[in-house]
Amino acid sequence: MKLTKLFEQGKFVVTSEVAPPKGTDLTEMLEDAERLRSRVDAINITDQQSSVMRLGSLVASHQLKSRGVEPVFQLTCRDRNRIALQSDLLSAWAAGIENVLCLTGDHVCLGDSLGAKPVFDLDSVSLLAAARGLNGGVDMEGNDLAGRTDFALGAVVTPGADPVEPQLLKMERKAGAGAAFFQTQAVFDAEAFAQFMERARPLGVPVMAGIILLKSAGMARFMNENIAGVDVPSELIEEMAATAKEDRPAKSVEIAARVVRAVRDVCQGVHIMPLGWEAHVPAVLDAAGL
Amino acid sequence: MLLTERKPIDEIVGFLSGEQAVFLLGCDGCAAASGTGGEAGLRDLATELKGHGIDVAGSAVIDFLCQKSLVRAALRPHAPALERADSLVVSTCGIGIQATATVSDRPVHPACNTISLGGIRGEWQGEERCNECGQCFLEFTGGICPLTACAKGLVNGPCGGSTDGRCEVEPDVRRCAWDAIYERLERQGRLDLLRTTPVQIKDHARMRPPEELRGTKRWAIDIAEREGGGR
Repeated sequence: MKLTKLFEQGKFVVTSEVAPPKGTDLTEMLEDAERLRSRVDAINITDQQSSVMRLGSLVASHQLKSRGVEPVFQLTCRDRNRIALQSDLLSAWAAGIENVLCLTGDHVCLGDSLGAKPVFDLDSVSLLAAARGLNGGVDMEGNDLAGRTDFALGAVVTPGADPVEPQLLKMERKAGAGAAFFQTQAVFDAEAFAQFMERARPLGVPVMAGIILLKSAGMARFMNENIAGVDVPSELIEEMAATAKEDRPAKSVEIAARVVRAVRDVCQGVHIMPLGWEAHVPAVLDAAGL
Repeated sequence: MLLTERKPIDEIVGFLSGEQAVFLLGCDGCAAASGTGGEAGLRDLATELKGHGIDVAGSAVIDFLCQKSLVRAALRPHAPALERADSLVVSTCGIGIQATATVSDRPVHPACNTISLGGIRGEWQGEERCNECGQCFLEFTGGICPLTACAKGLVNGPCGGSTDGRCEVEPDVRRCAWDAIYERLERQGRLDLLRTTPVQIKDHARMRPPEELRGTKRWAIDIAEREGGGR
């Protein structure tokens, strides 16, 4: 089922994500997906996130699809040129995948293969435009396809970027190039997110707020220092710091649910990034009333 | 030698929408040899622009546009003409265009595509870098090259990887190119460019000129004879 259909039905859409393994053993990824499947509308499969070489998101997405789990196939421009990107999109459609998240991708220097060539032949905007072309039955050169795709195309945005104006302009370019939904970088400050949505709403494209489960105060501080556009407010860090280790999962769930409830009225869905705490996602959704 | 070719006149005229008068700037270095930037090149460009209803408020040929202090000094006597011009149209390599955009408070439009740098980065080497892409993007980016200044070479806006305007690749020393582009376009009141510019797609075919011509004088003459008509 395409996410765009759910938005059209007025549903508050919930997605989460799993990461393919560093290797060929899919057991853990599939178990993670099993924990999530009954509670979410679709599951993103990350594409070698943070530029760490892993099993590919296309085959992993197909594995989920064949088990009846709706995948959101993440596709970045870091590792493939336009021939490979378009080819993978055709392959994805043939494999029954209906949702694609188009990203530029992290720089190679963040990962574990520092000598690799950063490709970036296309970027998130031109990839969206190319994918929209495939949906219309033509490739980037205007050649006709024997059988077109019909993807729901998604993109990402960082509401907490500082300054945010360049992000908003990029968001507008993505929407113009074919993005039919957005998933955001992690949101912790609901008030700041509401202000962002005031400016994003005129685009008329559904936005799903990104939710990360905080595991500890240390993790929050690490993200503040190292992840662009993530700003965990000091109150939340103090709240985590004051929580005994064994109580942290419950506190984490409480905080995540609080954020979900606080953003629920200003956006069209949430995208939960469990980062290893997949088992706690159902509790977050329960506590948030979803 | 650096080799440049004139962009098609329709493309240049397209850059000038809403403008009445421009100041033409050429380079007496490599661009003169390429037939794009010297006196003759500017004369041709002026004639074509006037034919499209664009007033040429003045022009100057400077050797070399890659040297910023020279450009700044050489433009000073032209202040009255520059005052009447909405922008500068610069007919030279990507380095000269970037250097001019750095020292000018007016918008700068590129009149050329850079084909080959012949192994050098301008006669006077500054921090500007050109990727010899053959499809100069500087028009849309306030004269800051997104191919060389952005770690990912992104041509459609910033990625999500910058923090406080610093690039994720070397945050301590490297500014996000798109942060700089945004700031310059904002200062010039041209932010709409980031909204209205069509999706930009790199054409890598333009980055590989035929071997028998690349880096030769013959190539430059050939292009000059075809009046910047491309390859």
